[in-house]
Amino acid sequence: MAEYTLRVFRGDAKGGEEREYRVQAAEGWVVLDAIHAIQREQDGSLACRWNCKAAKCGSCSAEINGIPSLMCKTRLDALPPGPIRVYPIKTFPLIRDLVTDVSWNYEQAKKIQAFTYDPKIGDQPFRIRQRDVERVQEFRKCIECFLCQNVCHVLREHQLKDHYFGPRQMIRLAGLEMHPMDIADRAEMIWQEAGVGYCNITKCCEEVCPESIRITDNGIIPLKERVIDSRGLLRVLRGLVRRRTG
Amino acid sequence: METYDSFEYDVLVIGAGGAGLRAAIASIESGASTGLVCKSLLGKAHTVMAEGGAAAALGNMNEPDDWRVHFVDTMKGGKFINHPRTVEIFAKEAPDRILELEKYGAVFDRTPDGKISQRPFGGHLYRRLNHVGDRTGLELIRTLQDKAVSLDVHTHMEVTLTRLLLDDGRVIGAFGYVRDTGKFVLFRAKAVVIATGGWGKMFRVTSNSWESTGDGAAMAFFAGAQLKDMEMVQFHPTGMVWPPGMKGILVTEAVRGEGGILTNSLGERFMFKDEYMPEQYRGQFAEDEAEARRWLDDKKNNRRPPELLPRDVVARSIYKEVQAGRGSPHGGAFLDIRHRGAAYIKAKLPSMYEQFHRLGDLDITKERMEVAPTIHYTMGGIAADPETCATTLPGLYAAGECACGLHGANRLGGNSLSDLLVFGRRAGLAAAEFAKANAPGKLDEEQVEVETRSLLAPFEGGNENPFHLHSEVQDIMGEHAGIARTTAGLEEGLAKMLAVKARLPNLKAEGGRAYNPSWHTCRDVVHMVALGEAILRSAAERKESRGGHWYLDYPNESDEWAKKNVTATFVDGEVRIGSSPVPEMSPELKALFEGKK
Repeated sequence: MAEYTLRVFRGDAKGGEEREYRVQAAEGWVVLDAIHAIQREQDGSLACRWNCKAAKCGSCSAEINGIPSLMCKTRLDALPPGPIRVYPIKTFPLIRDLVTDVSWNYEQAKKIQAFTYDPKIGDQPFRIRQRDVERVQEFRKCIECFLCQNVCHVLREHQLKDHYFGPRQMIRLAGLEMHPMDIADRAEMIWQEAGVGYCNITKCCEEVCPESIRITDNGIIPLKERVIDSRGLLRVLRGLVRRRTG
Repeated sequence: METYDSFEYDVLVIGAGGAGLRAAIASIESGASTGLVCKSLLGKAHTVMAEGGAAAALGNMNEPDDWRVHFVDTMKGGKFINHPRTVEIFAKEAPDRILELEKYGAVFDRTPDGKISQRPFGGHLYRRLNHVGDRTGLELIRTLQDKAVSLDVHTHMEVTLTRLLLDDGRVIGAFGYVRDTGKFVLFRAKAVVIATGGWGKMFRVTSNSWESTGDGAAMAFFAGAQLKDMEMVQFHPTGMVWPPGMKGILVTEAVRGEGGILTNSLGERFMFKDEYMPEQYRGQFAEDEAEARRWLDDKKNNRRPPELLPRDVVARSIYKEVQAGRGSPHGGAFLDIRHRGAAYIKAKLPSMYEQFHRLGDLDITKERMEVAPTIHYTMGGIAADPETCATTLPGLYAAGECACGLHGANRLGGNSLSDLLVFGRRAGLAAAEFAKANAPGKLDEEQVEVETRSLLAPFEGGNENPFHLHSEVQDIMGEHAGIARTTAGLEEGLAKMLAVKARLPNLKAEGGRAYNPSWHTCRDVVHMVALGEAILRSAAERKESRGGHWYLDYPNESDEWAKKNVTATFVDGEVRIGSSPVPEMSPELKALFEGKK
């Protein structure tokens, strides 16, 4: 057993403060284990969202020592010595303590046209080559932890949630657009409504992705290229001018 | 008097894992207005953790697989107390449900000729698990989530329902609270589908997510629905044992499906020991290690290695090796996949590689894993009709892990994901049909008031820490209803559980009602105590060993118990145990076993 000090944000939309807890941890404990220990022994009302504690559900996103991470995947003994600061993710409205209101992400998801295949295929099973599904499978590893949304500066610093769906939805779109059997045309929507142009490829999203999805290189950049192909470069440039001046 | 928000639907689906989502899709497509309630955010339910694959006899691997073989395998795996008609429907419909999932946008791994790739798994004669690396559950839930959203499903996220509302015995809705705010909420519906998963969280060493507290089954139980075969709890043979913080986290059966071998501290590949080979599987597995090695590259001309025996068999074998002093340093067995090579392992088992690398300080391409049995699945649950998933209560349907009938005494790996699809759909269709044929029931405000008072009780002066009580329940279940059971142990466990039950009125929630884990845990504990009592009593009732129920006082299967399902009902505040005959197989199904059994 080793003792760790955690400084956990406590509060709600009206305000809050950092509170300090000392926790005796067994070998291999992650931050989420320490939060559970606090709930169990010190304050049962400490709110945190979690489901699987195995890095598969993406529920326990938080900012640990300022770094957006999954609490279930961050070992206590891998953190630098000294108090561990645990804060809720910043980009979304706070509900309580470590829990934020991420419903905006679900609202954007509703606006995306679902997978659409050629109805002429009918009941026939698909025939697809493995190398063609692999590209799409990378995007489908997403566990919707929304850490990429949390660090995307378009959403975080500039609060342009009305203009850009964010990296999570970009790779959802990439997964649909690159699906070998999908026939829908989302190019206009990707440009206009989803706002792919707002991403200027700083790759902050890739750095925090717990699934190591190459969100910008493999997802957003090809999406941008696709939109340009489909709309024609001239129209894109016109659109840019309109945005600047309008 | 407390206020509550109110919603009304034709069909209310409680639970948004694979079964609940599939039920909602079927219900909406039948034209019923449908509400979907999830205890977590959408897409986070326990289904997301499923790894290995979804079993369906598509026969894509050039093997003579079809529904009949899948039927036989599932009945054998379940030790013949499954409902044969449920298994028949399941085996016949699973392939269509998988192919349909692909049309919803799921992206499975492929064979060289472009079909869905299928992998071998415990208890399945042929390669039958349709998979996406080792994250098949994520693919399934995300696909169904996207499909349901595209149909404009009405989703209520982070809502906990705690009580079914009744009108003269018919289920007409449910009541509970919104987790964010702590406000109460009432749903009225002409029909209700429960798809709330299992109750593995009543054990400490478990592969289950926090949601698996058995709410749905407990609500149905309290409302009067019959439960069946509650003693049948599955230990998955391979959970992580080290480090302690990770104990119980699942190591997918796909590791063995891809050729992983189990060894003890002497280096013996112990699953080859004759004593571990059940009679009914004799001759169907590799004779020696040489054949098992050949099987890796030539599955047609060689038999499967015995690591792929059903889960109950492998879990007991590991347990016995450890008991005999041949365990690994941290009390398990070694699981070794190194011989497949780093590139293959990272391609086929990427999340296992990552899990051990990040959480276990171990590179599985270079070192052996240590594994031991972990609670994984509850075969028992709400008795459900094979055709419609109807429970014993009018207007109430149950599908997925919370329901009982398909898996018998032991579930085969891969059968749960296809279970969700087949019976989720059937429950949704039947509920929508019931809703069309019936007017809304009459709401009884008295029931709402009683539940309101009961939910608020933990704020009024109790002194029991709900987390500590949960922990006590886990100790009781682990010690007395674990992998090896005895009469004395079950009796002692029951006495302890009843003592915990007596303390439930003193549960105490700290703080207010908004997003308060201690308050949430209070009700979880009530549910787990009720189901725990049913498990302990059902286990003592079944005087034999069968599948997941290993009863040391009665170490063999009995002919008498082979014909019975154990039943549990909640009458006047008491758990009553009885039995019902296992339904007969039709002559056509019986014929499938001739010369094979």
